[in-house]
Amino acid sequence: MNETLRRLLFLPLQRSTVAYEIDRLHYFVISVTLVGSVLVFLLATIFTIRYRHPPEEPATPNVQAGYHSPAILLEIVILAGLLLLFLTWWVIGSRQFVRLRVAPDDALEVYVTAKQWMWKFAYPNGKRAISTMYVPARRPIKLIMTSRDVIHSFYVPDFRIKQDVVPGRYTTVWFQTTEPGTYQILCAEYCGTAHSAMRGEVIALEPSDYERWLAERPFESGPAGEAYVEPYTPEEGPRPQMINLVNEGQRAAAEHGCLRCHSTDGSAHIGPTWGGLFGSTVPLAGERQTIADEAYITQSMMDPTAKIHRGYLPVMPTFLGRIRPTETAAIVEFIKSLRNVPRQGPEGEDPGPVQGRITP
Amino acid sequence: MTSGTYEADLVGVPETHAPTDVGLDYLRADRGIRSWLLTTDHKRIGLMFYIVVIFALILGGIFALLLRTELLTPERTVMDAVTYNRMFTLHGVTMIWLFMIPAIPNVFGNFVLPIMLGAKDLAFPRLNLASFYVYLLGCVVTLGAMIWGGADTGWTFYVPYSTTSQSAVVPIVLGIFIFGISSIMTAVNFIVTTHTMRSANLSWFRLPLFVWALYGTSVIMLLATPVLGLSVIVVALDRAFQLGIFDPALGGDPVLFQHLFWFYSHPAVYIMILPAQGVMSEVVCTFSRRQPASYGAIAMSSLGIALVGFGTWGHHMFVAGMSEFDANVFGVLSMFVAIFSAIKVFTWVATMHRGSIHFNTPMLYFFWFLFLFVFGGMTGVAVATESLDVHWHDTYFVVAHFHFIMVGGTLTGFLAAVHYWFPKMFGRLYSERMGLLTSFAVFTGFVLTFFPQFLLGNAGMPRRYYSYPARYQWLNVLSTGGAWLLGGALVLTLGNLLVALFWGKRATANPWGSRGYEWMTPVLPPKTNFASTPFIGRGPYDYDRPEEAAHA
Repeated sequence: MNETLRRLLFLPLQRSTVAYEIDRLHYFVISVTLVGSVLVFLLATIFTIRYRHPPEEPATPNVQAGYHSPAILLEIVILAGLLLLFLTWWVIGSRQFVRLRVAPDDALEVYVTAKQWMWKFAYPNGKRAISTMYVPARRPIKLIMTSRDVIHSFYVPDFRIKQDVVPGRYTTVWFQTTEPGTYQILCAEYCGTAHSAMRGEVIALEPSDYERWLAERPFESGPAGEAYVEPYTPEEGPRPQMINLVNEGQRAAAEHGCLRCHSTDGSAHIGPTWGGLFGSTVPLAGERQTIADEAYITQSMMDPTAKIHRGYLPVMPTFLGRIRPTETAAIVEFIKSLRNVPRQGPEGEDPGPVQGRITP
Repeated sequence: MTSGTYEADLVGVPETHAPTDVGLDYLRADRGIRSWLLTTDHKRIGLMFYIVVIFALILGGIFALLLRTELLTPERTVMDAVTYNRMFTLHGVTMIWLFMIPAIPNVFGNFVLPIMLGAKDLAFPRLNLASFYVYLLGCVVTLGAMIWGGADTGWTFYVPYSTTSQSAVVPIVLGIFIFGISSIMTAVNFIVTTHTMRSANLSWFRLPLFVWALYGTSVIMLLATPVLGLSVIVVALDRAFQLGIFDPALGGDPVLFQHLFWFYSHPAVYIMILPAQGVMSEVVCTFSRRQPASYGAIAMSSLGIALVGFGTWGHHMFVAGMSEFDANVFGVLSMFVAIFSAIKVFTWVATMHRGSIHFNTPMLYFFWFLFLFVFGGMTGVAVATESLDVHWHDTYFVVAHFHFIMVGGTLTGFLAAVHYWFPKMFGRLYSERMGLLTSFAVFTGFVLTFFPQFLLGNAGMPRRYYSYPARYQWLNVLSTGGAWLLGGALVLTLGNLLVALFWGKRATANPWGSRGYEWMTPVLPPKTNFASTPFIGRGPYDYDRPEEAAHA
């Protein structure tokens, strides 16, 4: 029954502990909605047929005035019944809502930072991940979330949870998966150009697998993939591994989402390609131009609209205060390292903005 | 109503009722372009609004069709993401402020309100003309901003996106501010007119229900619009001068903006739907030849919606970060506002009971309205149920819900009014067969467009998505097909009316056999509506009297 209704209503899988309970209320409310509106419509249709004006009679026959009191009484009874029904939904719905909002005390905490247009996750032991959140299955997980720029909304359809992620404050949401699996994260609050590409996933692992993942060293191949890095602050002294600036720049570019809009292979994307960019002549609006040197690249990161590459829209957010100075240098170095990558535009020029495809 | 001596309480004084005494009809009374552009005749101002509002509907419709076409495929179809985001903002802004809010009050309210009250004009005829030009200025500013590049914030202008977006947010919000001024002018005019311009013995409880609906609408406009105007201006100031009222980077509160925005924008839904309900009350009584099952219930629920509607804005923000207690309060208030709408629905259907039903185009639109309003309204109760809203919030379910109730309600109400008052406004009859046919097509297109969107929302597709996971595609294709059908049906509707306008059969003064006061004027009302202040001695729905008595 549950499965039939769920498929009939196109609802996603029920993979959190609250999903089934919420869906049951959903079935109740939607059935009443459908039946109620069809009944009202049918009743009006029946009246139209039953009380149709006969063509041979004058336009306005003497219709009797006034209404019998039973009809008014019936209406009052129906209205009272309807109010009672609505209040029942409210009672069930608000209790479930409180349950959705209050995380169990033993929940595992994960910190979530949203930014245009990616999700970042940080674990209490210092581990970090981007776009993919690993959690143990069947354990309550509490997310403590904030945004770096505009409002986003953390939404996992399979869990029936959603919570806005607001800059300048923390919001929380919790869930407990019913089984291991991969579940899509969508951003539900419109956040700009690549809003619909701001996706991620929750991977629920068996608890033993999760422990193994949590204990993994950085830069080892693991389920976290290439985007995952050990947190690093300059105060800690030199990194345990020597990383050259180019690699560091590549990592920073991935982490800050640069590569979501800029390609590195000379192909077209939302922003100008980094392939062959360094040292080239950049056409600006109004027949002006500039040389893509360190100063221009840095300015483009901090004040993106100051000098826009001709043909591109001013959609890039500023990274002022968001990336560390060392990372700025590393990204410049990374772009320098791409100077000999051939660009795919005519005569080796920038290929121009890609039309449409915004998912990397 | 009891039947008494009919002769004494007719509309108009018989000696002065002949058309020769009241002068030419309003279309012919004055000639020349100046007599239109500088007119203070409420009927001509209504017609000028009519023309602009139709253009707004066409423009908003073109945006909608482009959006739906883009959504045919999961990735790029015809436009890039930046264009798409601007397009849905323009679609929302155009449809809400250029079309839906002024559509019924400023066109049909302007035209029939004074006649329904037995007045020569609105209380402030020049303010009425000014409200048209202020509205026009709003259109110019907003359309200019669209050509300038448009904003990409969505019609909701959520901060801090709207304070940091690189697009032309400031001119668009200025345009909206100007529309607000026009709304307030109209609201004041309608309220004062209803209070002071009623014919000698037209008591409040003999006012046509359309007047009650307009009165309720005007009260909401007057109380809510200043809040919107203020909020969008603060957004503009926040952008221009970094005031930091809403922007958290400067110490502001982005959620405060949402509270202020929905304090207007939730009641704004009633600004759009109440006039449509008023039209339906007129249509259902006229075509059932029946007095409303309960006049008091409809009139009072108009006011009930207007007042309780102010206490429900928080149900737009259940997942925005408000407290559980607040959510519960807003949740339960939302349930009460639904009851007022249910009262209206039951009363309309009860009105048909034992009536004498004539099945004309406006009546068919009433049927569509009934279905869209009940289904849209009940899904509104569903999304006001807090735990369910968590899944549905900001998905296509919400898009489908508000298109059913707000757009479906307003559009069918508008189209019913267009057909219902067509003979009174233009003195001609439209083709009934084409009217019924196009009405069927409009409804089919509408349901085909928005029903799949309920399912998309259930499946979890968020709104304002340029690209979407491929699993949502076939429902999107269905919805796009429906949108094209709806667009075609609306073009045909317009064609039918344009044909009627030039070549339609001449109408009689009261082709529907209605007892509404506005139908007691000549075929085309004269410039001053009545030769002298009419004496209205009966109710607007007295179908229990013989026709001759009501006609005179």
